[in-house]
Amino acid sequence: MSAQRIVVTGLGATSPVGGDVPTTWAALLAGTSGARRLTEDWAEQLPVQIAARVAVEPLEVLDRVKARRLDRSGQFALIAALEAWADAGLDAGGVDPERLGVAIASGIGGVTTLLGNYDALLEKGPRRVSPLSIPMLMPNSPAANVGLAIGAKAGVHTPVSACASGNEAISHGVDMIRLGRADVVVVGGTEAAIHPLPMAAFAQMMALSKRNDEPEKASRPWDADRDGFVLGEGAAVLVIENAEHAAARGAQVYAEVAGAGITADSHDIAQPDPGGLGATRAMRMALKESGIEPREIVHINAHATSTPQGDVAECLAITNALDGQIDQVIATSTKSMTGHLLGAAGALESIATVLALRDRLVPPTINLDNPDPAVKLDIATDQRALPSGDIAALNNSFGFGGHNVAIAFRSA
Amino acid sequence: MASTEEIRSGLADIVNEVAGIPADEVQLDKSFTDDLDVDSLSMVEVVVAAEEQFGVKIPDDEVKNLKTVGDAVAFIETNQAA
Repeated sequence: MSAQRIVVTGLGATSPVGGDVPTTWAALLAGTSGARRLTEDWAEQLPVQIAARVAVEPLEVLDRVKARRLDRSGQFALIAALEAWADAGLDAGGVDPERLGVAIASGIGGVTTLLGNYDALLEKGPRRVSPLSIPMLMPNSPAANVGLAIGAKAGVHTPVSACASGNEAISHGVDMIRLGRADVVVVGGTEAAIHPLPMAAFAQMMALSKRNDEPEKASRPWDADRDGFVLGEGAAVLVIENAEHAAARGAQVYAEVAGAGITADSHDIAQPDPGGLGATRAMRMALKESGIEPREIVHINAHATSTPQGDVAECLAITNALDGQIDQVIATSTKSMTGHLLGAAGALESIATVLALRDRLVPPTINLDNPDPAVKLDIATDQRALPSGDIAALNNSFGFGGHNVAIAFRSA
Repeated sequence: MASTEEIRSGLADIVNEVAGIPADEVQLDKSFTDDLDVDSLSMVEVVVAAEEQFGVKIPDDEVKNLKTVGDAVAFIETNQAA
């Protein structure tokens, strides 16, 4: 692999625990849950009545006319991208538009726009379907709108691999820089699927927690009493950059994106491979591409969604990927607080991983009251410190379809 | 029957909703595209909202002739239900 180093120079997010990155990170370190009981009328008929909505509604931030031309997922993506763009110091210029790319993923796409317009079609007829429906609901819409906002001309992409999408977007951006197609890529993911149809559908898969009376305790990765994930929403965006380009413009550096690994299980469309073989290979591939040894990994932000099968399979996969050298690893699942943001999860958790390396602090996994005996990893249940010196971390994301994506980061 | 000014005022509110242009800038001589930031997709939104508000049918073939607010007001005034 090329020696080209790639660094993270900007971060942005709108999440269930905060409307921007500083607020989100402080809430994660404090162990704050973003899960709530849904108050909408439609929730009353559903078996699952909890979700993790964004902490700050997009209309509190975005111009009204701009917002009405975007699906909710596009609104989230634009908010997160503009924060990351300004954080990287690029809003004042600093990158050739033809060397600027975008890779912003979505797991499900503009589902609330799609279904809202279907309701309009049935109730009022075809004339009342919005002419903006297609440009709002297409899965590439958030990426395209971010590209328009920042003037990206190197290429605008939307990887789709369910809950691995956000990490796949980061990997795609890494490839663009390594292949010499861009100097800066705005990468991340967005999701806005809190609507009765996707919630009913996930519930029918037995994927969601039904702990309706205790929303803040419902997402409990690795706990013996876990019963599924809590659906979250939001977006997270990172600015990744050729390290020489970043140095030349004097940019801040949060961490290095050292490498990525992508594999497929080819086992089942929805169930993870119980041996975690595909996940193991993804982590090994990320380590190999990064030149990082297993003993250098001191932190893992796990996929761990709070489902009975996946959480345990991932622990096995981590142990195997690190050749059993897990004593130095402090793992966590920030999904215990944010819920599962599907196509945005990998990006939000990559931000948490990057900030853990910068601040040398691991956010807790909340609700781990009674750890599953099959879990052999050291899981942070309180805020934990990471060692000084050069350290490295992994962020895992796995998706329905058997997609596995691991990203390796090094401290700056 | 809505008067010319009532129709202009109604269209102004629609353009404000769709494109964010202050309603008092939506005057008869203004071009939807050049002056009011109404692109081709937004124009469809304006037309559909105007049909509902004024009880007229604006055929797709007619929309391209509605260059200015005045054009739209005149069409609606002529074609609105008695």
